[in-house]
Amino acid sequence: MSKQNMAMQGKPKIHTFKLLGRLLSYLFHYYKLRLIAVFICIMITAAAGISSSVFLNLVIQQIIDPLRGGAAWEEIRSDLILIIGGMGLMYIIALAASFFYNQTMAVVTQGFLRHVRNDMFARMESLPIRYFDTHTHGDIMSTYTNDTDALRQLISMSIPQVYYSIVASLVLFVIMLLMSLWLMFVVFFGVALMAVVAKYVGSRSARYFIRQQEAIGKTEGYVEEMMGGQKVIKVFCHEERAKEDFDKINDQLCDASDKANAYGNILMPAVMNIGHFAFVLVAIVAGLLVLFGAENFSVTGWGVLTGATIATFLNMSRQFSLNIGQVSMQINSVVMGLAGAGRIFELLDEQPEQDEGYVTLVNAKIDGDGNITECAERTGKWAWRHPHQADGSVTYTELKGDIRLLDVDFGYVPEKIVLHNVSIYAKPGQKIAFVGATGAGKTTITNLLNRFYDIADGKIRYDGININKIKKADLRRSMGIVLQDTNLFTGTIMENIRYGKLDATDEECIEAAKLANAHDFITRLPEGYNTVLRHEASNLSQGQRQLISIARAAVADPPVMILDEATSSIDTRTEALVQKGMDALMQGRTVFVIAHRLSTIQNSDAIMVLDHGRIIERGSHDQLIAQKGVYYQLYTGAFELE
Amino acid sequence: MIRTLAKSVREYKKPSILSPIFVSIEVILECLMPLVIMQFIGKINPSDSASTEGVQMSTILIYGGILIGMALLSLASGTLSGRFAARASAGFAKNLRKDMYYAIQDYSFSNIDKFSTSSLVTRQTTDVTNVQMAYMMIIRVAIRCPLMLIFSLAMAFTVNVTISWIFVALVPVLAAVLVVVIIKTHPIFVRVFNKYDNMNRSVRENIKGIRVVKSFVREDFEKQKFENASEDVCKDFTLAERIMAVNAPVMQFCIWLSFLLIFLIASLLTAHNPANPVGEEKLTVLIMYASQILSAVMQLSMVLVMIIIARTSAERIVEVLKEKSNIISPENAVKEVKNGDILFENVSFKYSKNAEKFALEGVNLHIKSGQTIGILGGTGASKSTLVNLIPRLYDTTEGAVYVGGVNVKDYDLETLRNKVAMVLQKNVLFSGTIKDNLRWGKEDATDEEMLRVCKLACADDFIQAFPDKYDTYIEQGGTNVSGGQKQRLCIARALLKDPKVLILDDSTSAVDTKTDAMIRKSFREEIPNVTKIIIAQRVSSVQDADQIIVMDGGKINAVGTHEELLASNEIYREVYYSQNKVSSATEGGAAHE
Repeated sequence: MSKQNMAMQGKPKIHTFKLLGRLLSYLFHYYKLRLIAVFICIMITAAAGISSSVFLNLVIQQIIDPLRGGAAWEEIRSDLILIIGGMGLMYIIALAASFFYNQTMAVVTQGFLRHVRNDMFARMESLPIRYFDTHTHGDIMSTYTNDTDALRQLISMSIPQVYYSIVASLVLFVIMLLMSLWLMFVVFFGVALMAVVAKYVGSRSARYFIRQQEAIGKTEGYVEEMMGGQKVIKVFCHEERAKEDFDKINDQLCDASDKANAYGNILMPAVMNIGHFAFVLVAIVAGLLVLFGAENFSVTGWGVLTGATIATFLNMSRQFSLNIGQVSMQINSVVMGLAGAGRIFELLDEQPEQDEGYVTLVNAKIDGDGNITECAERTGKWAWRHPHQADGSVTYTELKGDIRLLDVDFGYVPEKIVLHNVSIYAKPGQKIAFVGATGAGKTTITNLLNRFYDIADGKIRYDGININKIKKADLRRSMGIVLQDTNLFTGTIMENIRYGKLDATDEECIEAAKLANAHDFITRLPEGYNTVLRHEASNLSQGQRQLISIARAAVADPPVMILDEATSSIDTRTEALVQKGMDALMQGRTVFVIAHRLSTIQNSDAIMVLDHGRIIERGSHDQLIAQKGVYYQLYTGAFELE
Repeated sequence: MIRTLAKSVREYKKPSILSPIFVSIEVILECLMPLVIMQFIGKINPSDSASTEGVQMSTILIYGGILIGMALLSLASGTLSGRFAARASAGFAKNLRKDMYYAIQDYSFSNIDKFSTSSLVTRQTTDVTNVQMAYMMIIRVAIRCPLMLIFSLAMAFTVNVTISWIFVALVPVLAAVLVVVIIKTHPIFVRVFNKYDNMNRSVRENIKGIRVVKSFVREDFEKQKFENASEDVCKDFTLAERIMAVNAPVMQFCIWLSFLLIFLIASLLTAHNPANPVGEEKLTVLIMYASQILSAVMQLSMVLVMIIIARTSAERIVEVLKEKSNIISPENAVKEVKNGDILFENVSFKYSKNAEKFALEGVNLHIKSGQTIGILGGTGASKSTLVNLIPRLYDTTEGAVYVGGVNVKDYDLETLRNKVAMVLQKNVLFSGTIKDNLRWGKEDATDEEMLRVCKLACADDFIQAFPDKYDTYIEQGGTNVSGGQKQRLCIARALLKDPKVLILDDSTSAVDTKTDAMIRKSFREEIPNVTKIIIAQRVSSVQDADQIIVMDGGKINAVGTHEELLASNEIYREVYYSQNKVSSATEGGAAHE
């Protein structure tokens, strides 16, 4: 328990201030002037809020007491007008300041969140695939939702509130110094007590709040699993057991939630009632001072303790406890907000994908002699523009789709090499297929071609150029990809096809859809090409989604295609349809195919059988069958692809 | 709606009642305390003419004692009410989750179809949390604020009637502004939350589809898209927050105006009647009441917002609670399934009453006990629909289904479903060891029994290859086993039930043809008396069945053996040749092994 305490409060503290500092400088980066104005305005508002005590003092001393003492109304009137007028003026200024800073904070908070979101998203888009492969999607997602929400609370509520309370406390402190040191000590005693209690209850509340969040996460995970398997539960009449298991987790959540909220609920009454104590204590000490006729002492000197001073102090001690109450209410959101900020910074600190490539892809004209000239308009021909640093000259190489892997080694982590000595020669227009068990390295090879990952050793040449020299964007633009997971985006079918080539006309998209065999079913939809895909395109069948993703690749018209298990989750009848689309797409391109069903790759120019990161057999279908090796066994069903 | 929700309070009635009681005590004390303090200040005030006889020690002790006692009592009540409110609301939330979860456990398939998984999860988590917060607010703050308002006002009137009218005038002003703010912002929030969801969906799509984004080099395009969405969200949120940001200055305006007026009127009153001055004690107390009254109004508006948010959540919860299962065991249910004989008699089925088309129409079918039946057909041919009727996962719309000669509606559900084992198409394994998962089929299954069924389902080999064998932990969603392994584990799990009818709904699609054949062989040899119904995409999976049913568009197109269908059925022939076009030559070779 004590160890845990230390772990919670020891090191993270430095961390907390660092985080807060970084957050503030991030905020200032975007809204420097406005924030300075906000801080000044909060100061004005806080001072005005406290000034009611001063005015109370003035009214009693200058107005009520003289009147009580028998002074004439006429003598007092001008003082009253002065005091009330001054008070009114002060309040008007403070109201303007308050209105200004509240409005500005609303704009700043939301504007800042927009910047944060945009920065996060921009950074996320720039991150290497490795990041997405090593972080769960739920975790990344929660940075955008939970963490950003927590940040909003922190910036719009907690920071201004805490700052307001600090300013107000300082002003109170000064006024107290000026009025009575004795009573100030009493108030301080009360404040110290409040602070101790607030810290005790508050830190417990925060701790249990985090525990509650964890319990909620656990419950959510459990419920999600059960709801997803609800039909299985029914089929196995497992309802009673499912209920028992749920009760346990549910009880834990209830317990955590009970404690978290109990401390949260106690915080305010505890602080406020200790405030009452302080209040009463001030009254008692004041009474005692008066009883014993003790002299009042303040920084302005010795004097008589007046009723006005007592009343003012009582009011101030109440204001003090209100402030501390307000700050203590922010403890939870500060803890959560900073934790959120920490995770957001983590994402922003991720290293973006590096790219040292300088060879670019350009539109080209090729004359009868094979001379290549660069041009701005689309010609349907492409060339690699290769500037040579040594002599400043530029050479052009026609984009053909010739890809060679030479002795490639690769590991996702340096310690574990998953590809060994892989060499592949793919001539333009050839179809190369990869076969092998899950984890044999098929997808890994395609990941290397478009440089989602970089090879550890060996070389990959594209039209004779080392792909490390090619700009990643241009390299990827020259390769189309169709994955098992179609990943269509919310939007119309037309927009989804156009994703392959943003300036494609409707006609080009429809042409691509026809090529992919998707046109027929699309035109049969009530809205045709304007059908909006929602919820990950669940309104279409898996096969239909795959056809659209093939059309998307087709409209891009790249010389090289990668098809990674594109037809694996489609039933055989639909597959025949999809296969036709794919065959049309593959025509005249260099194609890399990974397929579960061997029937789809039989017509490949070369089939690579992979096992544990090595190519163990290579050749055409007929050659491999004749070899009677692993491929033959796979083909005849003697082996299982897992 | 409230009545349905209130049923879930149950054992937490006591704290639910105690919380408002204690909060009331706290409020009364908090409102009385200023009055006592006022008298106390009056007694110790050095400049007050009333205290000519001087301040007495006893006065200080008595008043001090009373006040500290009150503060203690108030502290205790405040703490207790907070404690009880937390308990009541956490307990209420627990019961709500439990009632929902239990209700869902009793749902039939058609009930389950109505809700998406993610919506059921949200309802049991986020929605319950919203209602929990609102409930806690209602039994504490919503009681506290009006009481505070009324008592403070009443007390203020005992201090000074004229000044108290200021409060009476200001309360409706503040309340009106707060209500207008709520009315103005609510539709914006509803709108912006939709946009917010859209923005987050775009993030989710990008995370999932990052390979597509990067392959097509669409990072900048996506950034632009996202920036537009976030700009849009930002605009609406800013608007809503700016309207809300009016609250604080308006509140300050009311408080400060009340202070100003208190001072002004107090001065005027004192000038008017110096014998009865509004002295420092009264001023202090009136200032306290002023802020108590106005902040009560403010807090009340926050509770109102909370309740508005929670209302939508509460409606969604009630929807789940009110959904009643339409499939329940009859009274005097039959508790024994004699054999695996299955009869469909003029069966038609619709997924919902309002559906125009029958998913299944005019099915007449007799499957004899112990037969192996294959079912073939394209997507949407209603193959799954047909078999779902056998363990009564859905009720027929017309006609009846008989198992072992008894109408399925007359069976005890548990008996029927234990004897008619179904391996679902979209199957799941649960997080836990392989043994844990297998025991779903039979809770007290021995290791030998598990070994037997795993061998039957050709799962034993790969299980033995795992380092932890049968104690291998399966991750949530079964992500650490391959599709084919998962399917075989699911089959083994169903076999443990020792069923009379075994239904495999496309359950070997990821298993290679050879293993598939081995599973069928072991079924034939080891469990010959069990009726086996196999839905498959591959002709080879059903080729050797006693009967093959070809389904098309919700109707039985043909029934027959492989040879019969190959000779007479167009659909069957089409499917068969599409699958055997290229591989027929080598298939023969494999058979010789």
